[in-house]
Amino acid sequence: MFEIFQYDFMVRAFEAGIAVGIAAPLIGMFLVVRRYSLMADTLAHVSLAGVAIGLLFAINPILSAVILAIVASVGIEGLRLSRRIFGESVLALFLSGSLAIAVIILSLAKGFNANLFSYLFGSISTVSTNDLWVTIALALAVLVFITLFYKEFFFISLDTELAQASGTPVKRLNLVLVMLAALTVALSIRIVGTLLVGALMVIPVIAAMQYGRGFRTTLLLSVLFSLVSVIAGLFASYYFDLASGGAIVLIALGIFLISMVFSKRP
Amino acid sequence: MPVGNDILIELDNVSFSYGLVPVLERLSFSVHQGEYLGIIGPNGGGKTTLLKIILGLLDPMEGTVRIFGKDRHDFTERYRIGYVPQRATQADGSFPATVFEVVRSGRTPRLGLFHGFTKKDNVAVVRAMEIAGIERYSRTLIGDLSGGERQRVFIARALAGEPDILILDEPTVGVDIGAQKTFYEFLESLNQKHKLTIIFVSHDVDVVSQKTQTLLCLNHNLVCYGPSLDLLDDHILKRLYGQEAAKIKHNYHV
Repeated sequence: MFEIFQYDFMVRAFEAGIAVGIAAPLIGMFLVVRRYSLMADTLAHVSLAGVAIGLLFAINPILSAVILAIVASVGIEGLRLSRRIFGESVLALFLSGSLAIAVIILSLAKGFNANLFSYLFGSISTVSTNDLWVTIALALAVLVFITLFYKEFFFISLDTELAQASGTPVKRLNLVLVMLAALTVALSIRIVGTLLVGALMVIPVIAAMQYGRGFRTTLLLSVLFSLVSVIAGLFASYYFDLASGGAIVLIALGIFLISMVFSKRP
Repeated sequence: MPVGNDILIELDNVSFSYGLVPVLERLSFSVHQGEYLGIIGPNGGGKTTLLKIILGLLDPMEGTVRIFGKDRHDFTERYRIGYVPQRATQADGSFPATVFEVVRSGRTPRLGLFHGFTKKDNVAVVRAMEIAGIERYSRTLIGDLSGGERQRVFIARALAGEPDILILDEPTVGVDIGAQKTFYEFLESLNQKHKLTIIFVSHDVDVVSQKTQTLLCLNHNLVCYGPSLDLLDDHILKRLYGQEAAKIKHNYHV
């Protein structure tokens, strides 16, 4: 069974997958409880535009995706705070806008459609050593930031106005959170793909929420569900020759359905 | 509780408007140590705006606000003011947090960034839950509690920060009538037994005038301000709420 680990690319895929599997729900938890789940999907679509720009100009598509996602996250937060547009509408604006940019670029520059498929749905054979180190560094950064600001992120998520009134630097911490979300999304592309990375940030969290536990336990459960999904998904991807992103998300969905059955929530 | 001489909050000629619409006009009053101040007024009369100015969430267009003797811009010890926002009882029931976690979050402002919770914080949290009478719900999810119980959790959260002033904005919205009576008794005990200064915004004219020491009637400007007992006559009520207003006594008071 474990001849899978004879291949370096599979070992890299598992290592990067585990890093992404830890980082995605840690950020996703704070997005979900603030009713901001669509943020993950929006940033994923922005990343797709970043990938398209990278492919067009022959620069590292992951790098261009990271840069564009971070710039977009700052723009989204800025527009949301300006209150000139509803928060959800800002997300819709960036989601459809970036998808339109991606589609136009891809139709202009014909010829990398096959390559694009791996960015859309994830491809385990494409994780380079560089990708791996960058992904691990990101996961560590997410872990450090969440640990450092856990109590503030919790406080803001529960009651933003109260946190603001109490002198908590809400705007700066929100910016940190959306930038971390942008990084996580962009760097998860190799494993899960742009179209499915949002699911990895959200589904394990809502599955964990079904067990009616406290915040910390739910957070840890969501990381566990995410890791099980990633690891089982990568095995399925290798043995059944499936797109890794699809396999991972389907397993996460399976965990969610099982959680619904055993749900303690009324 | 006897009111002390120390002035905790002082507003001098404060005005505020949203765009061209004036909401507060030349408001001046002060809150003393140990005072139990009730604020009443019609919807849109500026009650919540006033609280937001005190809390530092809004800047007044004119006038000065001093908190604990300092200009509001120089006042950094925000944890000294505990705040229970409007509609706290209708907070998201699906939020996955236990009562302990919610109450403990009230320690966050006091600790500041980069400091984790310690045993001392847990002691303060347990004490706040005991004062609010919710210690038995410590491990219960916030969403599994009734409106009245949740209200106590959010007050315990404010108390966990060991504030000098407790500000409550329409705290009985979503709390059933039976629980409201106990709730008002609880607020009285916080003021009298625990020496907490309380600012309490409510629609309930009768309860506020019965329970609080000082009454502030607000309809863009100060309609009345002074000792609560017998301050509210029909004339003032009509200036506050219009020609048809009348005070109806009900049985919340103890």
